[in-house]
Amino acid sequence: MLEPRVEYVLRLADGALLLGQRLSELCGHGPVLEEDIATTNIALDCIGQARLLLALAGRLEGQGRDEDRLAFLRNEGEYRNPTLLELPNGDFGRVVLRTFLYSSFLDVLWPALQTSTDADLAAIAAKSAKETRYHREHTADWVIRLGDGTDESHRRMRDALDALWPYTAELFSKDYVDDAVTRDGFGVAWATLRDPWLRSVEAVLAEATLARPPDTPFLSRGKTGVHTEHLGHLLAPMQHLQRSHPGAKW
Amino acid sequence: MSTQEWPLWEVFVRSRNGLDHKHCGSVHAPDPKLALQMARDVYTRRQEGVSLWVVRSDHIVASDPDAKPELFDPAADKIYRHPTFYRLPDEVDHM
Repeated sequence: MLEPRVEYVLRLADGALLLGQRLSELCGHGPVLEEDIATTNIALDCIGQARLLLALAGRLEGQGRDEDRLAFLRNEGEYRNPTLLELPNGDFGRVVLRTFLYSSFLDVLWPALQTSTDADLAAIAAKSAKETRYHREHTADWVIRLGDGTDESHRRMRDALDALWPYTAELFSKDYVDDAVTRDGFGVAWATLRDPWLRSVEAVLAEATLARPPDTPFLSRGKTGVHTEHLGHLLAPMQHLQRSHPGAKW
Repeated sequence: MSTQEWPLWEVFVRSRNGLDHKHCGSVHAPDPKLALQMARDVYTRRQEGVSLWVVRSDHIVASDPDAKPELFDPAADKIYRHPTFYRLPDEVDHM
């Protein structure tokens, strides 16, 4: 078990890294050229955030692990991302919905972390808040257009929402990590962000004519290192080069 | 989703130190809001600008290329329209 501050930062770092990796899979496969570039821009923002956060986690850990070692030389069980971010992309509707749900969460988290007692985390939050606000804006527009679009686009968005919504519960589940980091003002307990997140998400869902799915007892556990079978398949191509040629440079 | 259904928009970017918006290209987008976002993502990725305009391409009224002789050629021999023949007083520098 890692120190709570390291756990806390890794949850954010790994979430950013995996969302960036998932969105990168779509580079060259966007529905239109412009959206292809937009999606790739978001992916690059996520990877940029992941680098800063992984580097911070490594410094906090103090074991000499840098961002590359953390990204490329950990196995599934050492990843701390919420499960939502490791799920396969699915269709375009599901892609924009995932980014919308998660960036809506970060959109309320980053401002709160700007007052962290850790200057590095506060600075990362300030930089990332601007990027995330745009990710949310862009994907919210798509959720509305597709939800309130044709019969087929509406049906697909409803399917996407039904599939992804259960995984949002994990974002707001509370454990010892939240308790520990809130005590000294390092972090914010994610559970306290559920109400502002719901307000932000529900406004868009309403405009998209999508009903919010009922909450269920299902709770994914990616944050604690318990992952779906999808994560290994994501890490394999991502880590292959560093695993096969350790320390490779070009 | 078919790109044929999306109208074309002309993109104008004002650079950091520029005073005017300059035409830099075009994007396809379903509506004004997404047109601005697409323009942002395609044309300002490398800090090219601080302000964006988009306008539907079919809202631009363009001169007919075939009308070039009557529209523009007559200006060619009217050099007196250039202000180069006026002698400026010494006090007026930097014109």
